[in-house]
Amino acid sequence: MTSLPATTERQLGLAIDLDTCVGCNACVTSCKEWNTGGHMAPLTDLAPYGGGVDGVWFNRVHTYEQQSAAGGRTVHFPRSCLHCAEPACVTVCPTGASYKRTSDGIVLVNEDKCIGCKLCSWACPYGAREFDVDVGVMKKCTLCVDRIYNENLPEEDRVPACVAACPTSARHFGDFADPNSAVSRLAAERGGMELMPELGYRPSNRYLPPRQRAEHEITIAAPPLQAVDAEGGFLGWIDRVLSR
Amino acid sequence: MHPAISVIFFTTASGAGYGLLALLGLGAALGLLPPHLALGLTGLGLALALISSGLVASTAHLGRPERAWRALSQWRSSWLSREGVAAVFTYLPAIAFAVGWIALGRVNGWVAVAGLVAALGATVTVAMTGMIYASLKPVAQWHTPFTLPAYLIFAAMTGLTLFNAIVQIFGLGPDWLIGLAAFATLAGWGFKRAVWRHDAGIEHGPTLNSATGLTEGRVRSVQWPHSERNYLLKEMGYRIARKHSLRLRRIAQALAFAVPLALLAIAFFAPPWTAVAACVLAVPVQLTGVLVERWLFFAEATHTVTLYYGEQ
Amino acid sequence: MSARRIRGANSAPSQQPLADTRAPNEDDGVQTSPVVADRVAKTTCYMCACRCGIDVHIQDGQVRYISGNKDHPVNRGVLCGKGSAGIMQHYSPARLKKPLLRTGPRGSGEFREIEWDEALSIAADRLGRIRATDPKKLAFFTGRDQSQSLTGWWATQFGTPNFAAHGGFCSVNMAAAGLYSVGGSFWEFGEPDWDNAKYFMLFGVAEDHDSNPIKIGLGKLKARGAKIVSINPCRTGYNAIADDWIGIRPGTDGLFVLALIHELIKAGKVDLEYLSRYTNAHVLVIRDPGAADDGLFMRDSEGRVLSWDQARKAPVDSRDPAIEPAFAGTFTVDGRTCVPVFQLIAERYLDPAYAPDAVADRCGVPAEKIRQVAAELAYVAFQQTIELPVAWTDWAGRRHETIKGRPVAMHAMRGISAHSNGFHTCRAIHLLQVLLGTVDVPGGWRYRPPYPKPVPPPNKPAGKDGGKPMTPLAGSPLGFVTDPSDLLVNDDGAPVRIDKAYSWEAPFAAHGLMHTVIRNAWAADPYPIDTLMMYMANMAWNSSMNTSETIKMLTDTDENGDYKIPYIIYSDAYHSETVAFADLVLPDTTYLERHDCISLLDRPISHADGPGDAIRHPVVAPDRDVRPFQSVLIDLGARLALPGFVNADGSARYADYADYIVNHERSPGIGPLAGWRGKNGGDIGRGDPNPHQLEHYIEHGGFWHHTLSRNERYYKMANQAYLDFAVHMGFLAKAEPIVFQLYSEPLQRFRLAARGHGAIVPPESERPRIETYCDPLPIWYAPLEEIPSDDDSFPLHALTQRPMHMYHSWGSQNAWLRQITNQNKLFVHRATAARLGLGDDDWVWIESANGRVKGQISLVDGVNPNTVWTWNAIGKRKGAWGLDHDAGESNRAFLLNHAIADLLPADARGRRYANSDPVTGQASWFDLRVRLRKCTADEAGFTEPRFKPVAPPPNFEPSPRKLSFGAQFKNKEGVR
Ligand SMILES: Nc1nc2c(c(=O)[nH]1)N[C@H]1C(S)=C(S)[C@@H](COP(=O)(O)OP(=O)(O)OC[C@H]3O[C@@H](n4cnc5c(=O)[nH]c(N)nc54)[C@H](O)[C@@H]3O)O[C@H]1N2
Ligand SMILES: Nc1nc2c(c(=O)[nH]1)N[C@H]1C(S)=C(S)[C@@H](COP(=O)(O)OP(=O)(O)OC[C@H]3O[C@@H](n4cnc5c(=O)[nH]c(N)nc54)[C@H](O)[C@@H]3O)O[C@H]1N2
Ligand code: SF4
Ligand code: SF4
Ligand code: SF4
Ligand code: SF4
Ligand code: SF4
Ligand SMILES: [Mo]
Repeated sequence: MTSLPATTERQLGLAIDLDTCVGCNACVTSCKEWNTGGHMAPLTDLAPYGGGVDGVWFNRVHTYEQQSAAGGRTVHFPRSCLHCAEPACVTVCPTGASYKRTSDGIVLVNEDKCIGCKLCSWACPYGAREFDVDVGVMKKCTLCVDRIYNENLPEEDRVPACVAACPTSARHFGDFADPNSAVSRLAAERGGMELMPELGYRPSNRYLPPRQRAEHEITIAAPPLQAVDAEGGFLGWIDRVLSR
Repeated sequence: MHPAISVIFFTTASGAGYGLLALLGLGAALGLLPPHLALGLTGLGLALALISSGLVASTAHLGRPERAWRALSQWRSSWLSREGVAAVFTYLPAIAFAVGWIALGRVNGWVAVAGLVAALGATVTVAMTGMIYASLKPVAQWHTPFTLPAYLIFAAMTGLTLFNAIVQIFGLGPDWLIGLAAFATLAGWGFKRAVWRHDAGIEHGPTLNSATGLTEGRVRSVQWPHSERNYLLKEMGYRIARKHSLRLRRIAQALAFAVPLALLAIAFFAPPWTAVAACVLAVPVQLTGVLVERWLFFAEATHTVTLYYGEQ
Repeated sequence: MSARRIRGANSAPSQQPLADTRAPNEDDGVQTSPVVADRVAKTTCYMCACRCGIDVHIQDGQVRYISGNKDHPVNRGVLCGKGSAGIMQHYSPARLKKPLLRTGPRGSGEFREIEWDEALSIAADRLGRIRATDPKKLAFFTGRDQSQSLTGWWATQFGTPNFAAHGGFCSVNMAAAGLYSVGGSFWEFGEPDWDNAKYFMLFGVAEDHDSNPIKIGLGKLKARGAKIVSINPCRTGYNAIADDWIGIRPGTDGLFVLALIHELIKAGKVDLEYLSRYTNAHVLVIRDPGAADDGLFMRDSEGRVLSWDQARKAPVDSRDPAIEPAFAGTFTVDGRTCVPVFQLIAERYLDPAYAPDAVADRCGVPAEKIRQVAAELAYVAFQQTIELPVAWTDWAGRRHETIKGRPVAMHAMRGISAHSNGFHTCRAIHLLQVLLGTVDVPGGWRYRPPYPKPVPPPNKPAGKDGGKPMTPLAGSPLGFVTDPSDLLVNDDGAPVRIDKAYSWEAPFAAHGLMHTVIRNAWAADPYPIDTLMMYMANMAWNSSMNTSETIKMLTDTDENGDYKIPYIIYSDAYHSETVAFADLVLPDTTYLERHDCISLLDRPISHADGPGDAIRHPVVAPDRDVRPFQSVLIDLGARLALPGFVNADGSARYADYADYIVNHERSPGIGPLAGWRGKNGGDIGRGDPNPHQLEHYIEHGGFWHHTLSRNERYYKMANQAYLDFAVHMGFLAKAEPIVFQLYSEPLQRFRLAARGHGAIVPPESERPRIETYCDPLPIWYAPLEEIPSDDDSFPLHALTQRPMHMYHSWGSQNAWLRQITNQNKLFVHRATAARLGLGDDDWVWIESANGRVKGQISLVDGVNPNTVWTWNAIGKRKGAWGLDHDAGESNRAFLLNHAIADLLPADARGRRYANSDPVTGQASWFDLRVRLRKCTADEAGFTEPRFKPVAPPPNFEPSPRKLSFGAQFKNKEGVR
């Protein structure tokens, strides 16, 4: 049923720290690796060893340069489904294949119902849906729904594959519906951003913006060096240094 | 947006078909069209043929056409689903009307009602089609107040050109009908130019800043996540060169509006047989023009996802 | 949920499972608990050299997915972009299937498959003949492998001095500079104290061997708000997240660092107590210009190195714990004039030539920025000191109630080492660390056992006599020279080794010069060889500095049509570019199919808190007729009856590599693995071989790790408890303190030789080089390839960087990784491009004095304006790696190496030295200078040079047009 739940008991999602992400692509390949054998398996790759190679991925990392008053910086930007609260990708779906779970807010595609009309991918402003030409259905980030509740995994491993892999600890996961959840608090502290808020999709995922760098506390605190005055020449100097 | 031939053909053909159906239903119901076997057969035949071929073509766009029926289920939320439902529903009054009007040669009573309902169904279906595009926020050129009327006006325009041609063939047509067709074409032209003018100055809401949350300063894409073009870029990242699109716009205007107008003008003043020929000729010319216009409708539309790829 | 187990790097509250992980009843038919494995095998990743622990999830005999081992000291559960794509490496269509014997001309790639027995007897016959006549005619060089303690030992027993691994073209500058200065080195042999550092300087690193530890560490620094300063011409990856990015001009870090030292000394911001205790800063240096011992240390009759004691007003043993050393002044001892090392240091670096304003322009770093960094260093080192409440005792028996730390950490790698001035630049960085008192202290840079080692380590390179028939070398061919008499040169000063390591051309080679082997063998300079045996190195492509020339040399023939390099044996696991140039190909297994040993004798997995080692073991069976190369080497050793490889009765000593790992003893009780030694597995480090050792490792997740007690973890160079432990483990021979050599006497000895002193002196022609570059204190000089005229004709520095998701050449066969990058562009600063009239995506010729290559450019702001760079090793040769001929890698991607040279421009005498550091012989990849020229319309769109496609090996079916990997695992129902 592609009408949206009025509210969801939980709203699970990711927080991604743009201040820490080094663009290593671990979240990208770990996502591919888990999901190509997971709920939406396979994530087909066409011409895998040739020109025009084109595969289905749920997570991709862009690189941007930002020039602002604060100076220039390079930012790595992982992009995956934001599990929006008002996802038109769901409401446009004519078949009910695309839906938002009432229990945890995860937005999923039911492959068996999908007719591959692609309309949901047109309706997603964020490019989070990728069509599997080979199977003829739409695929997308499942928020690792087959990991986070998986009783066949040790409890400590029941987190999204990308969060588990991220070597810089730049990816976080949790329930955004609960303002006291660790992830909600983190997002609040760091001023987590919503992407394209003007479109009103109300994304759940948050992007923690790069910290302001120019004025690191050490830079502010460090006094300029004073030359030990060279009177008495080098020997005088060394005595003075020693006598501190 | 990628201009998929199946979809372009679908919207053009069914648009004209529904337009024609609406006019026939309306005309008959209002008693303007006396029962006329040949007229009925060709008119409704053509309308239903255009509609059906369009719908069939549209399924070619699907990854899983065999499941197309599922698309009828979500009419509560999905314009695409509603379009499907409306399309299917419209067949019922249309067929009833056909039977009554052609076979039973009646235009009053339930046949008139069927005609009216068919006309209504046709209009609603076209409106649903328009809404599919008008509702898509990520595509600035579509998410405007112009999109819905555009679909309706073009359906009416192509429908009228067709309707007029058929009526003239059977020599039933009053001259003012030619005028009306010409007026519709003129209206279509004017409207399309208004749309283009609006698109030229269009306010793209989101920017790469808001798309990345890097609100300050200038943000530039310096590296894609992948070396080659993927689904997103092939489907939503379709780009058309400016000069290319200008040329196509001229072609579209010539074929969809200018030439048909000229032909209708000729028809208005010319002797009967030339007039009929001109009215008939206007149809294929205009439909070709509309196909080009529809192609541009997709090709010129930009999707927010291309922001991420630094392509806007 | 309180008692829940949370381990590993990503265990912040916001990274843990939901408080309640029971699946909600959504009844949308989603299978939330699919079975993901019928067994999980714990082994060590080998998608790169970082050696992370992995949990390989196997279902129906196939690899379902790979995740990080949370207990593993290297990666603590995380994985990188490569490691998570291991499946596609393991199932690569480019995997070799069977031994190959060349049938077509070299380079054509035409082979026939042969049986292993035939392959091994061909090799054994040939090698046997060489060993019986002139063992040095076998040159055995290895690349990415992690079995150098085996391969080196094999070469020793074979009796050829011509052995080395890839260190010479990799980062020997870091290894040598570190081991000759502080007895440890950057690379992956030490690490910043990620948990305590407040200030971190990263010099010239894009990724490094410590891939995941660095990433985990950066995450920790970020979380703690420590300041990260990156010194790098390119603002990417790690450097993109730095708090301060210093886009330095390539090759000028030495100047930058010496300017920092200038500022610090000028302000008296040096840790003199640290210097007096742990360094030779106070040691007396003889000042007697012209004398044979000028610049050497003053010693007493017993040969003890002397310092001047201010209290006693007398020379004393510099190791005397009670010393109150003089750091400056001129003293007379036995009538000789001496000055303390520190005085020499201060005299040199206080010179205005090292003032920020004097170096700013050349470094492309504002003087203000240099002063700021110096001030921050001093502030953090001396005002932000930390103390761990842990008592420890130093080598002199002094008890310290706390462990004092100066929380400034540094790491440096190939941005420093891959320049011809890298050795001295790296020494300068170590000098900076030591002056601040930050080596192996809390918050500083720390050793990973088995380091620290004596400065330099005691072992000398063996094989001076060039090797004798049927006799092993006296020791390993690789070692550390301290005196010209240690060089491997014959009486007329000519090199003994084919790569000219330990010759006057590269006296402090330490790792050999793999990048010179093919040219020297081809040119029969210093002599012709018979067989070149290579292992895991793509020398015909991305690991050669002059790829096009190398390809010619490998296929070049003499007047009677014989190949100038007579025979090439190569072991690869995949169809790389180099395979086509081998006469005999020995196909290896993949990393999931074999035993490997990540040993303390080689490149272990130690953490600064304690030593560790690890294994790989077969977790899936090979589906091809391939064999682990180490086992093959052991088999060859037995066939050749090499000492140590056969029993008294001549039978093979080891069944295979696994057997060797368990039973080999390098010295009594010390073997490849340190864990679970002794009959019952109770011993660590030293102990009898334990037949069940491998089972212990496998049970324990594939690795062994010993955590030092808290009082052993810092000041390892002088920490009695640690030193005793190191002796027990066999890391050190004696529990003696390790003294940092700020002033390097070995370098001075070579200098003296260049001045004609001593028994062994360089030929006249070599003396100026030795005199100049063997300076006992760090110096800076412009990279050798940079002739002044370059500034006009070749104005741009051209660099490569490692993509974090690709490992050299071998990532491109990976269906997933190659989607991320199958074309590398040349990144050019916007302003520079504007000046040259170039636009985004233009195709350009990248022209150097040595050659040219064609590629597409991409404009950026985050790069030094005088620098252009691209991703390394993305360009591939058509036909290799199982890639289709239309693949981006061989059509649009390019290999910058085509523009690099393996030789320097001719000097005044027309002599062309290797394009290497004159001290260590390290390949100077990053000295390259280029200019850009826009392609004409018909040149654009494809890369050049391009080579004839190589033929696929026999019975290779074309690579699949579609991959649906994983479909077979979908929604596996199973017992919960
Ligand atoms: N993903 C991945 N990891 C790898 C490898 C791989 O191929 N892929 N290779 C492994 C191997 S063999 C090695 S040796 C290590 C090497 O690891 P790194 O040392 O990270 O090697 P590079 O990628 O060459 O990075 C060199 C860095 O130095 C910078 N640089 C160049 N010249 C200068 C200079 O003059 N000054 C300064 N300050 N910076 C400079 C470059 O911009 C670049 O960022 O990585 C290992 N790890
Ligand atoms: N321009 C430029 N060139 C460079 C560098 C640079 O920074 N810039 N870096 C240099 C450095 S530091 C290094 S270390 C070299 C690295 O260059 P190489 O040592 O050539 O490393 P790879 O390209 O990884 O090639 C290793 C070979 O080992 C094979 N192989 C992979 N796995 C196995 C296995 O399990 N068994 C066997 N037997 N073979 C296997 C691969 O197929 C490949 O042919 O490149 C050097 N070249
Ligand atoms: S894994 Fe972490 S650091 Fe790497 S790209 Fe993803 S978010 Fe960034
Ligand atoms: S990100 Fe896109 S796909 Fe995901 S929920 Fe929002 S709109 Fe739908
Ligand atoms: S592609 Fe599938 S999921 Fe997407 S809208 Fe169409 S039917 Fe729904
Ligand atoms: S949550 Fe799972 S599916 Fe979504 S991006 Fe992360 S790994 Fe991929
Ligand atoms: S860094 Fe990545 S590729 Fe290298 S060993 Fe670790 S996981 Fe494997
Ligand atoms: Mo390397």
